[in-house]
Amino acid sequence: MNEGKIVKIAGPVVIAKGIPYAKMYDVVKVGEKHLIGEIIGLVEDTATIQVYEETAGLAPGEPVVSTGEPLSVELGPGLIQSIYDGIQRPLDVIEDIAGAFIERGIEVPGINREKEWEFKSTVKIGDAVEEGDIIGEVPESELVMHKIMVPYGLSGEVVEIKSGKFKVEDVVCKIKKKDGTITELTLMQRWPVRKPRPFKKKLNIEEPLITGQRVIDTFFPVGKGGTACIPGPFGSGKTVVQHQLAKWSDADIVVYIGCGERGNEMTDVLLEFPHLKDPRSGKPLMNRTVLVANTSNMPVAAREASVFTGITIAEYFRDMGYKVALMADSTSRWAEAMREISGRLEEMPGDEGFPAYLGSRIATFYERAGRVRCLGNDDREGSISIIGAVSPPGGDLSEPVTQNTLRVVQVFWSLEDRLAYARHFPAINWLTSYSLYVPHLTPYYETKVGKDFVALRNEAMNLLEQEASLQEIVRLVGIEALSKNERLVLESAKSIREDYLQQNAFDEYDTYTSLIKQYKMLSLILYFHHKAKEALEKGALLDDILTLSVRERIAKAKFIPENNLDEYDKIREEIDNEIGSKVLVGGEEE
Amino acid sequence: MIKEYNTISRVEGPLITVEGIGDAKYRELVEVELSSGEIRRGEVLMTSEGRALIQLFEGSTGIDVKKSKVRFLGKVIEFPVSPDILGRVFNGSGKPIDGGPEIIADKRLDINGNPMNPYSRDYPTDFIQTGISAIDLMNTLVRGQKLPIFSGSGLPHAQLAAQIARQSKVLGKEESFAVVFGAMGITFEEASFFINDFQKTGAIKRAVLFINLADDPVIERIITPRIALTAAEYLAFDLDMHVLVILTDFTNYCEALREVSAARKEVPGRRGYPGYLYTDLATMYERAGRIKNKKGSITQIPILTMPEDDKTHPIPDLTGYITEGQIILSRSLHRQGIYPPIDVLPSLSRLKDKGIGPGKTREDHANVMNQLFASYARGKEAKELAIILGEAALSEVDKKFVKFADEFEDKFVRQGQNENRSIEETLKIGWELLTILPRTELKRIRDEYIEKYMPKKTIYMETEE
Repeated sequence: MNEGKIVKIAGPVVIAKGIPYAKMYDVVKVGEKHLIGEIIGLVEDTATIQVYEETAGLAPGEPVVSTGEPLSVELGPGLIQSIYDGIQRPLDVIEDIAGAFIERGIEVPGINREKEWEFKSTVKIGDAVEEGDIIGEVPESELVMHKIMVPYGLSGEVVEIKSGKFKVEDVVCKIKKKDGTITELTLMQRWPVRKPRPFKKKLNIEEPLITGQRVIDTFFPVGKGGTACIPGPFGSGKTVVQHQLAKWSDADIVVYIGCGERGNEMTDVLLEFPHLKDPRSGKPLMNRTVLVANTSNMPVAAREASVFTGITIAEYFRDMGYKVALMADSTSRWAEAMREISGRLEEMPGDEGFPAYLGSRIATFYERAGRVRCLGNDDREGSISIIGAVSPPGGDLSEPVTQNTLRVVQVFWSLEDRLAYARHFPAINWLTSYSLYVPHLTPYYETKVGKDFVALRNEAMNLLEQEASLQEIVRLVGIEALSKNERLVLESAKSIREDYLQQNAFDEYDTYTSLIKQYKMLSLILYFHHKAKEALEKGALLDDILTLSVRERIAKAKFIPENNLDEYDKIREEIDNEIGSKVLVGGEEE
Repeated sequence: MIKEYNTISRVEGPLITVEGIGDAKYRELVEVELSSGEIRRGEVLMTSEGRALIQLFEGSTGIDVKKSKVRFLGKVIEFPVSPDILGRVFNGSGKPIDGGPEIIADKRLDINGNPMNPYSRDYPTDFIQTGISAIDLMNTLVRGQKLPIFSGSGLPHAQLAAQIARQSKVLGKEESFAVVFGAMGITFEEASFFINDFQKTGAIKRAVLFINLADDPVIERIITPRIALTAAEYLAFDLDMHVLVILTDFTNYCEALREVSAARKEVPGRRGYPGYLYTDLATMYERAGRIKNKKGSITQIPILTMPEDDKTHPIPDLTGYITEGQIILSRSLHRQGIYPPIDVLPSLSRLKDKGIGPGKTREDHANVMNQLFASYARGKEAKELAIILGEAALSEVDKKFVKFADEFEDKFVRQGQNENRSIEETLKIGWELLTILPRTELKRIRDEYIEKYMPKKTIYMETEE
């Protein structure tokens, strides 16, 4: 008797009895169709199983077999450019087997076994190696050099090492441990998804993740190794922001998890990324991207797993010393999957029916971000930045998923539908959003971008805050109640909003703005503000200044290509000329 | 040999529990024979050794625990398909009700379908001209999209959906198309409005109708949209047709789902709807789309009435998170007598960007759209300000925006129920409206397009003053 039997089926939850050697979180094959599931509860010899595939047609009495292993992912060359479902089955291979609709019980390995890779060793016989050490490299794509590492928990002496063409299961290295036994290494290793991969030490965050999005980079930056969340009601542009980050972030590797979202959005990524060029290397963006797609119509339990599958792949690349950016869209769907499973288990619910452990699960996920010193003797550094989208019901940020997320993340980009309706994109509210990384990143901005960049940022923020309070006054007593200086503040703040914060993701030039261009743009807007203020003091008329033609040039400055940044200095000269003339005119009139 | 059991132990709402049975499969189709000989159908919701919980589509009225017999049919619910389904009318559980013969099946398809592999999808990019300006220019519909209409009770969503079904076409192409219509708990009047409209235009020959009316069994509504989508998938991906699916009203569907959930004593989510409402809706909405290397497509227009016109109610809220945008109808525009009362600002088509522009509509489309949006939003804002402070408080420029907003509703949004505007006509109206505004305010349009398309004469300004 080496199999258990199903005794009860309710949706994705199956109860089985008598599975030999059942352990918590072990993967099991359920029923005649071998549906994949995971043990999530054990009472004596009764196991509760969440099944990652549709359970229609299963009947009590069908067999259940344990694989004896927890849910794991395969890690090795072949990850890049893949598109996986929530439990690391390649969707392209599934298509080959089943066609356009996903059938059940398809078993395919996460990594292609047949493909040959060019492996070049970087150690030699006799070298002492420890866990995390790099024994060789495989050029996986034009952008990614895949490092083959000694698995966790292994150290010893290299007694055999090869170079050449290998499949992922071929032995490329043999290591003699202290006790004299020999361990064979292949290009591939496995890791259980629910267990964070180890590292030496967590480090402080010092560098921004440059995204090319002005409102983010300038005002609410996320550090490399940091965490950010984007909550927003539907239609506020969460997914566009996530896609923009996946496209333009200066990360080495991007892991994009489409969790319980639309199928067409994943298709969009799949079709678009191979054609988009990385602004730094000029190579297709797909060459650094791994996709995990568990769309909303795919089984709910696999949605719960997809987030862990994604983060484990991200950690693996981090361990090679890469800067990884992970986007999860949307963590609310992930939380809802937990709620659904919890409900089927008849657990005592917490807030709004979510399980009581919602907060701790969210925290464990975000805590897997960070900048770390990796295992291995070369002290390399790697990082994972996590950007999680949250979809609060009705746009109400007081709901449990948003609140539990805000407790652990350092950056909050508050998306508002009100801004989206006015076609202010990205619809990130500049008053309620925040980034706790600004003090950590200030030295970077001041040395790498411009000495006064942070000062400019703060001044712009200040203008925007003044605008909010002045608008209150205007709403109560009308614009006439304001002094001309205050009206100028309104105009400059408007210019910051429209000419700087608003950014068109679909415009060729506007979609990505380098830090230097951001610096130039913001300086230009504030330069005009200062000059106008001076002119007002010298007696120029506000209406004259506001109708200057140079303002239209400032408004369109966002469309100046990256290779033509001198243009900004020309506009600056124009500001001087035009305002100068108005000071004279205004002065004469008085 | 199908066994019969007369061991019903409990009847609660639409659910019955049967004991002492052989092993029932999860989601297995069940027949219950009442003592009167009437046959009801149901589906296994939970099964454990010797015991099954069954949801009955036609309710439990008249079921007794002693004499009613239960038969397990050994298969999940299927719908028989063949090209002959075109032009037919079925009830909410897929039985013909037009007096015609039963369908002789080419295939029998599981109504739950299988999830479409995201890798196999093709991105929707074909512009559909609906002839309605507020949709075509502002919230463009593309082939393979799911774009719901969020309506309220008493608003003309049926007329709008029928107009879309009537006028939709992809420019420059003649292809085979079909309409699949699924009605869930709507009134006889609304259903016959659609049927008459389809008959009048001859579209009925290319249509498949599934009708569950307000007085039809409530739980049947849970399978109606699934059967409709199964038919649509067959037409689109087996017969290479472009299928437009109209499903109305999803609010009734969700209420039926809530009823079952309550009967099962599940932990409720928001407003008593089950926690899995999102997943449940997604398994239907996601059945829209296109597939690589297949000719056909499924475009979905689900209709739902928002309780109390509240967009944050769980049904519109969860729908909005799944669908690719939404067309929102406004009661205030409707009161002003504007048809179609499409509230342009909160409406959205997420797939518009790939469906517009040179070669699809026109090069200036995106710019004009953004400018109209932003200007209308500003006009509306200025109008609100004017209500508080009086018209005099507005600057000259703001007054122009107010005028723009009014004209926009009157000339652009408003159109006849049979008025079929080409995208060129729609763009022309848009440009004419923009002449109301000072040129310096047209920040979202490239100069070259202003030169090329802006009418040289200001059309609206002088008329009044």
